Amino acid sequence: MPRRPLALVGLVALALPLTACVPNETAEVSAAGTAGAGGGTGTVTVSSTADACELSEDTAPSGTLRFTVVNDGSDVTEFYLLAEDGLRVVSEVENVGPGLSRDLVVQVAPGTYVAQCKPGMVGDGIRSDFTVTDSGTPVGPTGDVAEQLAAAEASYLAYVRDQSGALIAATQEFAAAYAAGDDATARSLYAPTRVHWERIEPVAESFGDLDPLLDLREADLEEGATWTGWHLVEKDLWQPAPEANGGVAYTPLTPEQRQVAADDLVANTQRLVDQVNAQDFTVAAFQVSNGAKELLDEVATGKVTGEEEIWSHTDLWDFAANVDGADVAYGVLADVVTERDPELATELTERFDTLQGLLAQHGSYDAGFAGYDTLTDAQVKELAAAVDALSEPLSRLTATVTGA
Amino acid sequence: MPTADAVPDPSSRPAEPASRGLSRRALLGWGGGLAAGAAVGAAGGFGVARASAGPTAGPAATPDPGATGVGAHRTYAFTGAHQAGIVTPAQDRLYLATFDVTTDDRDRLVDLLRRWTVMAARLTQGLPAGSLGPSSGPYDAPPDDTGEAADLPAAGLTLTFGFGRSLFVGTPGADGSPGVDRFGLAARLPAALVELPHFPGDDLDPARSDGDLVVQACADDPQVAVHAVRNLARAAFGTATLRWAQLGYGRTSSTSTSQRTPRNLFGFKDGTSNVKAEETEALDEHVWVPASAADEDAAAGTDSAWMTGGSYLVARRIRMTIETWDRSSLREQEAVVGRTKGEGAPLSGGTEFTEPDLAATGADDAPLVPADSHVRLAHPTMHGGARMLRRGYNFTDGNDGLGRLDAGLFFLAFVTDPRTHFIPVQSALATRDALREYLLHTGSGLFAVPPGVPSVPTGADGTPTLTEDAPFVGETLFA
Repeated sequence: MPRRPLALVGLVALALPLTACVPNETAEVSAAGTAGAGGGTGTVTVSSTADACELSEDTAPSGTLRFTVVNDGSDVTEFYLLAEDGLRVVSEVENVGPGLSRDLVVQVAPGTYVAQCKPGMVGDGIRSDFTVTDSGTPVGPTGDVAEQLAAAEASYLAYVRDQSGALIAATQEFAAAYAAGDDATARSLYAPTRVHWERIEPVAESFGDLDPLLDLREADLEEGATWTGWHLVEKDLWQPAPEANGGVAYTPLTPEQRQVAADDLVANTQRLVDQVNAQDFTVAAFQVSNGAKELLDEVATGKVTGEEEIWSHTDLWDFAANVDGADVAYGVLADVVTERDPELATELTERFDTLQGLLAQHGSYDAGFAGYDTLTDAQVKELAAAVDALSEPLSRLTATVTGA
Repeated sequence: MPTADAVPDPSSRPAEPASRGLSRRALLGWGGGLAAGAAVGAAGGFGVARASAGPTAGPAATPDPGATGVGAHRTYAFTGAHQAGIVTPAQDRLYLATFDVTTDDRDRLVDLLRRWTVMAARLTQGLPAGSLGPSSGPYDAPPDDTGEAADLPAAGLTLTFGFGRSLFVGTPGADGSPGVDRFGLAARLPAALVELPHFPGDDLDPARSDGDLVVQACADDPQVAVHAVRNLARAAFGTATLRWAQLGYGRTSSTSTSQRTPRNLFGFKDGTSNVKAEETEALDEHVWVPASAADEDAAAGTDSAWMTGGSYLVARRIRMTIETWDRSSLREQEAVVGRTKGEGAPLSGGTEFTEPDLAATGADDAPLVPADSHVRLAHPTMHGGARMLRRGYNFTDGNDGLGRLDAGLFFLAFVTDPRTHFIPVQSALATRDALREYLLHTGSGLFAVPPGVPSVPTGADGTPTLTEDAPFVGETLFA
């Protein structure tokens, strides 16, 4: 640290006059017409090496700015755009491997900034001043949203814990009925219980082995592997005729096998509950927003096709629960989104409403949902279109929340 | 063919990329094409694109009116008096997609058309769909272009947009109940945008027919065409969904005298007497919608002036029973078509571009061009002089359960009015054409293709950019 910055100052000082010889280069970053998704983008090239952080420009007009960070060194590098105090991170790119180039696209308001490369990802890095002039282009708020994000994370964590609590209680009841041979009760509890699982499925998936132990479909079973979880029980409760079972007569589980399956279900669900209630379990904002997108991906690939609940046809329950879970995830982040991209917020709110409204035409948690096998092709297509309509803007949620 | 190819002609020039050989027409001395093409360019509003083609393009240049650059780097201006992709020399590949509009909100529909217009203006110039491109932008966001065309040139891409009848008056119910005018457009429905009648032999699949919107993407590289439609479909989520799409290869028509006449899957040349880009008067008469059409509609209380300068696109997915065809004798094949299989000359004699002599008879007084041959029945003289600008492609969509190719001709034609220029012709062919034994129409669509977009705003980086009041394709319809 003592030696490096000194050497760097010299290099930066050298680099700046070089760029100053090309006064018109910033002219490509015109003040005009940067509104909307297709807005023009000014580009600043950053070359990061072991002992230099060379910017093609040291000034740019306000608006959307693209830094193309090229790692010309041999260490992994990072690039930061810092506020004038040299402390607050406005935006950053990390983990740029040697020889790679990565773009940092950022909305910048007029002012003085500090550009920083951090080769080797340690120390103070190599800094230089960066000036943003006023182009007149309106720039969205870049204020500190850390508090809002922390509140969103806490709120979502509480939701996950609440749902997992409801899940274990309902699973115990379901498992008991199934193990006791009370098929009618088990069938009636199956879908309502799974709702709690489906609402927080991406969290369960983050624990690696739990998802396949609890939610594996027969079609995804590896040759020779043991099948456990919800869908094993589903098949036993809605036993298929031979023609729906690969031409083979279905062999029901014995009472002993039922007990094992029920116990597995409860034990694995309890593991999930324990993990999300652990002191050190946290959820970051980007995980919340990515989780929302993943839930819709689940709907688009599994539920809309009717592949998830192939024996019980209770896909619409899962569908509604996935959408609920995404809606809650978006809900806790809505304030941040409204501040950073009000148009996206409006669009997401509208499209969640449309999809929820469409689902309501097919039932509710209280009254039950229609069997997926009873939907017409046109109804399925309508649902798929509404899912796609929501998924597209939802795919922009994480970038809006993280600002990167 | 060898004889003709051996004729040296000082005016000859490569009419197609070298790998495709020399153009027969060029060799035969039909060298007036370039000058005529320039005239069309002026009329057609090709704008700046034309100015840089021609002399500076060098000896290997494709003499292509309206193009900038050559070969795979060729681009066609998206803007102009007419939409590109009609008289544009037919590219090798097609991806045509139709969409159902899923919203009832007129503003959302307009917003989609505006976004599509800017994207099309970008994509046709070889630019990514969005300003950030496939490998930039916020790292936590999906890129604004899908990326599979990132390293590919524009390949002559054109994107042509049109509106189906259902956009104006909805789709009638199976019980005969009328459709719904969702966007307040019923009073703008041109009389020519009819519901096509059922033709004898039609076996239309509703899942391969109609649609509210159509996008015709043509390029020499199928990946470029599919990339364009994929990105447009992505932009449409929430406003419109894909209804059906058709991939085509091996253009079956030439739309410029600079192009060689290609062959369809029957192995015959197709589109010999097509309306060509160079025939300005014929284009006005048979392809573009004249102002007088709007006058006629106005008398009936409909405002269709927005279609002046546009055209009507007829799409028919025509499956060929290829296996049966391949078992028929050369005698039968030529008699059915009315032309020779090799040269493509009419059976009345001459060469490919000789007018068929429909009155000529042979030794037994039978017409040389048989009474039920395709050439005779489709001939303009049989239909009050009506001609079409055909722009079809071959298709092969796998096979059926009986081990037969699901292949044929994806017929596309641009006409001034389908009531005079398509329906009578198809009616005659569907009832009397000897070819009908080998054809099955499995999909159909008729679309109003509005005139071109005059200009598209550019952003700070000089590329087409979305603004709140940017002109868009079909704007006059929504005015």
